[in-house]
Amino acid sequence: MWRYRYLLYNLVSRDFKLKYRRSVLGVVWSVLNPLLMCLVYWAVFSSLMDMRGSGIDNFPVFLMCGQLLFNFFNEATSTSMSSIISAAPLLKKVYIPKYIFPLEKCCFAMVNCVFSFVALLLVMIFTGSPFHLTVIQAIYPLATLFFFSLGVSLFLAAGTVFFRDIQHIWSVFVTALLYFSAIFYDPAQMTFSIGGFNMQQVISINPIYWYITGFRRTVMWGEALRPGMILVCGLCAIVSMVVGALVFRRTQDRFVLHI
Amino acid sequence: MDTPNTQPIIEIQNVSMCFNLASEKHESLKEYFLAMIQGRLHYDEFYALKNVSLNIMPGDFYGLVGLNGSGKSTLLKTIAGVYKPTRGRVVVRGTIAPLIELGAGFDMDLTARENIYLNGTVLGFSPKYLDEKFDEIVEFSELQNFLDVPLKNYSSGMVARIGFAIATITKPQILIADEVLSVGDFLFQQKCEKRMQELMAGGTTVILVSHSIEQIERMCSKVAWLSHGHLKMNGDTETVCDAYKATQRGEA
Repeated sequence: MWRYRYLLYNLVSRDFKLKYRRSVLGVVWSVLNPLLMCLVYWAVFSSLMDMRGSGIDNFPVFLMCGQLLFNFFNEATSTSMSSIISAAPLLKKVYIPKYIFPLEKCCFAMVNCVFSFVALLLVMIFTGSPFHLTVIQAIYPLATLFFFSLGVSLFLAAGTVFFRDIQHIWSVFVTALLYFSAIFYDPAQMTFSIGGFNMQQVISINPIYWYITGFRRTVMWGEALRPGMILVCGLCAIVSMVVGALVFRRTQDRFVLHI
Repeated sequence: MDTPNTQPIIEIQNVSMCFNLASEKHESLKEYFLAMIQGRLHYDEFYALKNVSLNIMPGDFYGLVGLNGSGKSTLLKTIAGVYKPTRGRVVVRGTIAPLIELGAGFDMDLTARENIYLNGTVLGFSPKYLDEKFDEIVEFSELQNFLDVPLKNYSSGMVARIGFAIATITKPQILIADEVLSVGDFLFQQKCEKRMQELMAGGTTVILVSHSIEQIERMCSKVAWLSHGHLKMNGDTETVCDAYKATQRGEA
């Protein structure tokens, strides 16, 4: 693992370079992109759908916290999923630990996510949001979300090698997940039920919701993390990592025959 | 490495490598389950290597000969750790520099300079070490003027030069070369041969696959002959090469 730290670093920097090569604004896009995306969301949900009246304080920041974390999860898992397949030329010729590719994609997504926090900071300044000391605690939901995503990524990356369908299923699944992650609404107001299930309960079994809420508490609302939250975030990360790593380990020797 | 003459640096013990040549490859869940229900989930097994055993001693310059599809590359890849043998065991006691298709792991969108660092770290070198050796790599590959050009604009010979230069910059204990010398002009081929002989003089074990029997005869100290996945013959260069050439003539 330690021996390959430079490779990890170089792969992340390659992705970063290639992402912005030949663009005039370059790295600025890392900040500008989430800013513009959130502007679109904000415009849609505050005017077209008139959700601003639903009583969420500081809707732009609320929206952005959810959006950025969800984006990270989406980017990390979607890019990791095909990472083994796209590394085929390399894996067929040199021995490299295979987990490095999903890990690299998750790290790259995290780098992007950290850049987009500059955008979040700008929005917070612009909307005159208060800054709280509890922001330090935001590292916890972020770190656990990283490992949660890494576990899911390992699982998906291994699965995709054998069944390419997973890529298509996953993009649909993530879109569905987006609406159950309380990104642009307050779950407290979701008092209706769908198909006999209470909407709030449905949302609360979604791990992403917990990470986003933990993040919002510390960054936006200035409240410390509740023990229950710490437990849920940590447990989801551990379960995901264990399952992902086990599946990956058991199948990795056969990857090279299928890519 | 204290007892270099007693222990083989590479031990290949009864290695078999089986590929599932699925008559249809099930790459989607639907296909897979349909096939499973209909009981069509059988594979055509294909053994690329059958019960191959070979010991390679430190300092050997081993040549692998055989026709296309005889399992040479598969054997190299099992040694390099790319394939895990279906049966048997490969024990490697040393660092390997694989030269299986030069430029494996190059990103064609990156420049040569960036690729030297990326590929170097793929092979397990540290950036600091690469900094030190950078000039040497560039000098060997003779591509000083093209360092900041994306690799996609390179010719295949130029890519091979860089690949060879990076892989041989360190002194690996084992060098695996799969027909790498067939690319590049004759001047560069000579340069590569010289480099490999230098490495060997320094104690590196080399395994070379080549279709040029002259090259094998010129460079190798021992030769293994693979035929349809079997180790047909193994011994000193002259004996094996003569037998190999004899069948070639017989078949032709």
